[in-house]
Amino acid sequence: MTRKQKRLSVIAGGLVFLGAATGLTFYALGQKASYFYMPADLTTASVQPGQRIRLGGLVEKGTIQRGQGATVGFSVSDTHKSVKVTYTGILPDLFREEQGVITEGTFGPDGVFVADSVLAKHDERYMPKEVADGLKAKGVWQESKSE
Amino acid sequence: MVETGHFALVLAFALSLVQMVVPLFGARLNNQRLMAVGGPVAVTGFALTALSFAALASAYASSDFSVASVWENSHSLQPLIYKITGTWGNHEGSMLLWVLILTFFGALVAAFGSNLPATLRANVLAVQGGIGAAFFLFILVTSNPFIRLNPAPIEGRDLNPILQDLGLAIHPPFLYLGYVGFSICFSFSVAALIEGRIDASWARWVRPWTLVAWMFLTGGIAMGSYWAYYELGWGGFWFWDPVENASFMPWLAGTALLHSAIVMEKRSALKIWTLLLAILTFSLSLLGTFLVRSGVLTSVHAFATDPTRGVFILCILTLFIGGSLALFALRASRLTTGGLFHPISREGALVLNNLFLTTATATVLVGTLYPLAVEAFSADKISVGAPFFNLTFGPLMVPLLLVVPFGPLLAWKRGDVFAVAQRLMVAFAAALLATLVTALFIDGASVFAALGVGLAVWLILGALTDLAVKSGVGNVAAGIMVRRLLGLPRSVFGTAFAHLGLGLTTLGIVGTLCFGTEKILSMHAGETVELSGHTLRFVGLYPAQGPNYSEDRGRFELIGVSGSPVGEISSAKRFYPVRQMTTTESGIRTIGFSQLYISLGDEGKDGSVVVRLWWKPLVTLIWGGGLMMMAGAAMSLMDRRLRVGAPSRRRKQASAVPSAGLP
Repeated sequence: MTRKQKRLSVIAGGLVFLGAATGLTFYALGQKASYFYMPADLTTASVQPGQRIRLGGLVEKGTIQRGQGATVGFSVSDTHKSVKVTYTGILPDLFREEQGVITEGTFGPDGVFVADSVLAKHDERYMPKEVADGLKAKGVWQESKSE
Repeated sequence: MVETGHFALVLAFALSLVQMVVPLFGARLNNQRLMAVGGPVAVTGFALTALSFAALASAYASSDFSVASVWENSHSLQPLIYKITGTWGNHEGSMLLWVLILTFFGALVAAFGSNLPATLRANVLAVQGGIGAAFFLFILVTSNPFIRLNPAPIEGRDLNPILQDLGLAIHPPFLYLGYVGFSICFSFSVAALIEGRIDASWARWVRPWTLVAWMFLTGGIAMGSYWAYYELGWGGFWFWDPVENASFMPWLAGTALLHSAIVMEKRSALKIWTLLLAILTFSLSLLGTFLVRSGVLTSVHAFATDPTRGVFILCILTLFIGGSLALFALRASRLTTGGLFHPISREGALVLNNLFLTTATATVLVGTLYPLAVEAFSADKISVGAPFFNLTFGPLMVPLLLVVPFGPLLAWKRGDVFAVAQRLMVAFAAALLATLVTALFIDGASVFAALGVGLAVWLILGALTDLAVKSGVGNVAAGIMVRRLLGLPRSVFGTAFAHLGLGLTTLGIVGTLCFGTEKILSMHAGETVELSGHTLRFVGLYPAQGPNYSEDRGRFELIGVSGSPVGEISSAKRFYPVRQMTTTESGIRTIGFSQLYISLGDEGKDGSVVVRLWWKPLVTLIWGGGLMMMAGAAMSLMDRRLRVGAPSRRRKQASAVPSAGLP
């Protein structure tokens, strides 16, 4: 092979590699990215049982139930609609009634959302951004709440 | 004192403008006196920024709540150490730390750059001054830490409790030393583009600076990971969180830069690529600053949320990344390309390393920015988390790790892959053995786990093989071997240490992810629980009072084989009244390289407590490996070619024979 051919084959190899990586990346984005929904969105969006999503909203007042052991049930609401959630594990330190949370998991066949992670806002001035935006869009956000 | 600091900051901004403009024109007009302005101005700028930072730190230390930033992030009852570290535990202070480190590096170029060609030095300082000017302006306009409150409040609002921790005291300075350290490589690259040529001194300067920045960034990331591990109480060491990715991308690109800079220094090849990589690495540092400081991403770490700041940093980002890349597009063709090499050679291996690392950087970048793009162009909100990165980043890293041991053993220019494979036979056999032993004798080991252990052993022994081969094990008498080993260049040790560290980190990750166990249960005082052969007894909850918090401390006894307690672990729920915040203090006991990790949950009505327990085998190796990589970088920096202030006679020799005396 001449120098030019060698160089070309190296470049071609590199491009094939990059192409494969790009393909993998887009495949993974399609498969592994999880969509964020508020409870009211679920009426229009079609979410299959078993499909991984992020569900955000406010923890509805009076719905926190501590069952046997470490399983906790509560409802996530956007004031229009609410969804029952169960979670086994330790809730974040900032998990409280009427505070913004993001839960990640899948819907069970019974329509209860089984979360495997729960994120609460991280300090007094911080509301999970998706939740704040979602509440603003639904017209139930009061600026004073963010402080 | 506060006004002095404020004034010094404004003055430092003015000086950075001078530093940006005067040396640049000096270099254009070839005017020695104008070019000489850069050095003293850079040193004075650093002194003023340091004064400004000291003023802010003293306001924090003395709890001067008339300063808004102190009021928002400090409390008079806080321990002194957290009062001081609180200086950079908030947006304004951390940006001030950022420019302090930037001007520090600028001053270092001024102080140690006397051997650089005058125009290169002037241009480097000008670029450095430009970056400084942009960030000084950013601080003064959007994030001024010296704004006063009138009337002054009596008490502060306390530092975010999860930041009241020693890990956080060291994490940001290390991270910034890394981030901002790459600014030197950036400035050198842009200066080379402005001049339209890359000379030998450019190549010699970029590698040590990359090493310094990389070393600190490695430390910063490792510390941040450990901090999140024990402070957040979730027991995870890496979350693929956007803010973590923000520091990981410059690290990956910086690692690529570190390797391509070797080729450039030793063989003067890959010059243009190295230059581009230097620009990209610092661009990713800037992007990281933007992602963290603008609060644009939802993140467990996002403490700063202010759109005006975001827009400002975005402008800085566009200006510097766009500007430098445009300059690159215009000028790169003028630069001469260097030596040729065969694909199978040390250079070839390093190119392969770069290919993998830059592609991995790109996948992390896509995963981090994709949610932003989707949100900007549609109403959908998505999150890209661990499953995405495991699927893309993992397959890219495994082949890279597999070929790592080959690289240092291949010869420059034209290597013999079969000879190298022969030398690696022992390491390969041991890795195979480790895989088989794991698969056959450890309960519950999956195929992946066994292969993971094998990969880690392969990396560790591969690194040691490099040292063994270069000191002539098996070919020469023991005495000569030891002498040869000790006589090896420090950079050879550096490579071996860093690759060994990589192997240790891999082993730690595989151990924790594949062999870790976990239990969540609710416990009453007096109950015992067993986890992976360790028996723990829950003694009970004990209330206690700290300086600025109250806590319920859950005490656990580790029961030994004889049935009597051999140690105590305690985890606590802390309540910080000022911020009305609760935090979890995890309880950790290190056993060998492994850890028992306890996290306390809510108290039930019947007096029981939810407890989450983890057994994390070999977890400390994850960060131990990071320390090892840092040691490797430090070792390389001590190499005689790079020693700071080495007599100029040696430098002349080095420039005459760039690769003299090295394999």
